[in-house]
Amino acid sequence: MTQSTINDHLDNPPGDPEHSTHHIVPVGTYLMVFAGLMVLLVMTLVAASFDLGEANLIIAVTIAVLKALLVILYFMHLRWSTKLTQVFAGAALVWLLILFVLTLADFFSRSWIHMPA
Amino acid sequence: MVSETQNTPDPNAASVPAPAVEAASLTAHAPDAPHGDGHESHGPLHHHFDDMEQQRESNTLGMWLFLGTEAMMFGGLFLAYSLYRWMYPWAFHEGSSHLNITLGTINTFVLLFSSLTMALAVRCAGIKDRKWLVRFLILTWILGAAFLIVKGFEWTADYHEGLVPGMNWFYYNEHPAALPRLAEHGISQQNVMMYFVVYFCMTGLHAAHMIVGLALVGWFTFLAAKGRFGGGNDQPVEILGLYWHLIDIIWIFLFPLLYLIAGFHPGGGGH
Amino acid sequence: MRTDAIEQPPPPGKPDVTSVAYEIPREHYLNRDYGWKSWLFTLDHKRIAILYLFSITFMFFLGGMAATLIRLNLITPNSHLLRPQTYNKMFSAHGIIMVFFFLIPSIPAVFGNFLVPMMLGAKDLAFPKLNLLSWYLYMLGSLIGIGAVTFGGVDTGWTFYAPLSTQYAYGNVAITIVGAFLAGFSSILTGLNFIVTIHKMRAPGLTWFRLPLFIWSMYATSIIQVLGTPVLAITLLALFAERVFHLGIFDPKMGGDPILMQHLFWFYSHPAVYIMVLPSMAVVSEVIACFSRRPVFGYRFVAFSSLAIAVIGFLVWGHHMFSTTQSPYASMIFSFLSFLVAIPSGIKVFNWTATLYKGSIRLTTPMLYCLGFIGLFAVGGLTGMHLAAVASDIHLTDTYFIVAHFHYIMVGGATMGYMAAMHFWWPKITGRMYNESLGRAAAILLFVGFNLTFFPQFIAGYEGMPRRYATYAPEYQFLNIMSSAGASILAVAFLLPFIYLIWSLKRGPIAGPNPWRATGLEWQTASPPPWYNFDVVPIVTQGPYAYSPEADELADAQADMTRAQVEYELTRREIEGHHQKEDSTRGV
Repeated sequence: MTQSTINDHLDNPPGDPEHSTHHIVPVGTYLMVFAGLMVLLVMTLVAASFDLGEANLIIAVTIAVLKALLVILYFMHLRWSTKLTQVFAGAALVWLLILFVLTLADFFSRSWIHMPA
Repeated sequence: MVSETQNTPDPNAASVPAPAVEAASLTAHAPDAPHGDGHESHGPLHHHFDDMEQQRESNTLGMWLFLGTEAMMFGGLFLAYSLYRWMYPWAFHEGSSHLNITLGTINTFVLLFSSLTMALAVRCAGIKDRKWLVRFLILTWILGAAFLIVKGFEWTADYHEGLVPGMNWFYYNEHPAALPRLAEHGISQQNVMMYFVVYFCMTGLHAAHMIVGLALVGWFTFLAAKGRFGGGNDQPVEILGLYWHLIDIIWIFLFPLLYLIAGFHPGGGGH
Repeated sequence: MRTDAIEQPPPPGKPDVTSVAYEIPREHYLNRDYGWKSWLFTLDHKRIAILYLFSITFMFFLGGMAATLIRLNLITPNSHLLRPQTYNKMFSAHGIIMVFFFLIPSIPAVFGNFLVPMMLGAKDLAFPKLNLLSWYLYMLGSLIGIGAVTFGGVDTGWTFYAPLSTQYAYGNVAITIVGAFLAGFSSILTGLNFIVTIHKMRAPGLTWFRLPLFIWSMYATSIIQVLGTPVLAITLLALFAERVFHLGIFDPKMGGDPILMQHLFWFYSHPAVYIMVLPSMAVVSEVIACFSRRPVFGYRFVAFSSLAIAVIGFLVWGHHMFSTTQSPYASMIFSFLSFLVAIPSGIKVFNWTATLYKGSIRLTTPMLYCLGFIGLFAVGGLTGMHLAAVASDIHLTDTYFIVAHFHYIMVGGATMGYMAAMHFWWPKITGRMYNESLGRAAAILLFVGFNLTFFPQFIAGYEGMPRRYATYAPEYQFLNIMSSAGASILAVAFLLPFIYLIWSLKRGPIAGPNPWRATGLEWQTASPPPWYNFDVVPIVTQGPYAYSPEADELADAQADMTRAQVEYELTRREIEGHHQKEDSTRGV
């Protein structure tokens, strides 16, 4: 039952009938993704050590989004999932955006008109 | 034409509702139940699915939907965070400066590493490498526990410093010198309290999910050691992995948003 | 139709023509297993649906009792029956029970669970164990919830606005919140199950556009359940955290904004009303098609309008907050979007009406409920337009106009849809038919009682009577008396089906697999169905509503032929019997 260990670069096992969604990712890919995550983590800290005002937040969130994308696409296999799965993942993001945009639209636009306190 | 040879419901009878004869034929020729009604140990294919592919895709789809619900749930807290940080930027700046960035960075590293070990565990389940599956699961568990321990230290420190709203808030009583700085920026210690409310709610909910994750990883380690995930039954591990990665992703956002508001100044800042 | 049951089983092997007409199949999902364990640990979606049916009916009557007390109290302006504090607990209990424990689960949990796999030609939902878990979560949540509102009570209204709920309210707010939270997760898991099932477990040939519209609406409902309910979950958690741990995310003393709570709350609770009404619309599509003997007009429009309601429904929640400090610009956007969301609902109403046009209409009980739905939902929806306009909403909000508006949709719409479903699929679920005359009487009584109860409330609200008040100005008394009188008729109209449906379980005529001659895969199997649903996986080759006069004539002719064959067979046996007797007496 056991084959060789983490040096095994077996991709799709031959004869595996469900290889379309049962994707075996090579160890090397995982290690590269992890390296990328580490680089981004360092970048997060480096960016935070400069005072760039509002840009700090945007940079920090952007880097976080990149980290999240790496995890989602590679660790969570979304890259190799069916279109339907990808759509569902995207839908959650869209709905989060709806929540954020419309709610913050209320608060951000309150100052445009004098509101009784 | 009513006929005895019609054992199966005629699909075209969608337009002509099947006459009563076929009802009898349906009941008279009930197929044998595939196995007992109880869903004890069967092979990996559940009886209501047609084949492994359908089961696999269904499980994946279902899990991603569940992750979507988790994202929406945390999203509410991120919304509160966004709003209050926009309303009281200096309160958040001040509050964040009390957090220990070193510990936060360590925790981020620990969690990212645990995602790696979890991904490798899933891979081992897929290639039926039981030994390393168990090892990676154990490693994941240890890393997750380490995260929670560090978090525990952080929270205890906050408690002792009087930075826990509603339970133990006396920091500014002991450090009144800090108050003028707050007033300069137009905020009060109540607003800083709000930062900590958001902090504890978000990290608290995250930690609760970590605890559940640890329980599941522990249970799965036990099952994996017994060989439960061999024989093509690797999907539960994959599903667990998806959950674990989501917890990691949430922390990926929590770390910069909560810890790095006041900037990262390795020489002097933090505690 | 022959309706008597014949007792002898058919001879083995060959389907016996004589014993065929409408007998309860020997083994079906209800009698397959006996004992409480076979029910409480079942994984059969049909049994889980029945479990929900019991619990939901119980919750409905509890909520109805609270409503009774409310209407009794409102007969006089001075709250003679209840102390104001108790009245507050009553309307809160009524709202919490009816919204979280009756309306949200109702059709999806009972009829969705029962019918979705059958309409898809599947053996079960995608995740049967999750389905059972859904029921247990619902039971736990609802029992905790009703325990909390009964013993001690909650007076915040079902909306739990902060800071009243978090800081000033006495009572079992935290416990009630736990109950609603658990019920919410039940809802999420049910929706998740349906979505995956509909995507992945359709029978061969069952393409998306051959699906019954019931499935489209359940799919849209499930999207809302999955994406919206988690936001309620976090809102409830935040309220709980403030109540119990004093972590006040909405606390104004710390600079928190109670309006944030309302945003988060209504982000779910507005789509929630579509969770409540979309399934009823699903039922209406099926019933109208069947009893007009016509396919639904504009199938794709109706299908897409379900999705449109689900999506646009997420964009309108701010219309509950027009009278708060929400920015006028945001209010304008929400107002515009609220007008927009009426369009798909209107499309459905027009399409149903077009389906009726030149149809061969049979006014059966489910049809009466559905026709009532269309009218009452139209009224409710149109009054929603008054409320979508910011200018009029400012005056109408928190008055009885709102109460009437949402009851027209929730009772006149959603609940009537539930009753229609109950009557339409009762024969499928139980194998028995109920008394049609009583059914029609109850439907008409419901329509009359409902309008008498809630139409005066439109007027009262328009004239300024505020809601959630135990007392009111004397000039509203006449309208309130009318409303309470109507409520008594409503009560009878709900009790009647309860009685005659239960009666039919033992004494009703046996229904057979397809008493309504409906299309749909669920009608191609026995009533009650076998636990595995279908003998053979059905293969679908045509669209869902293949009703036509020709098909009906053919079915009539076949029924005549069956009857003729049965008569022939019986006569033949009689004659044979005579000959045998004669032979024996002759001593051959």
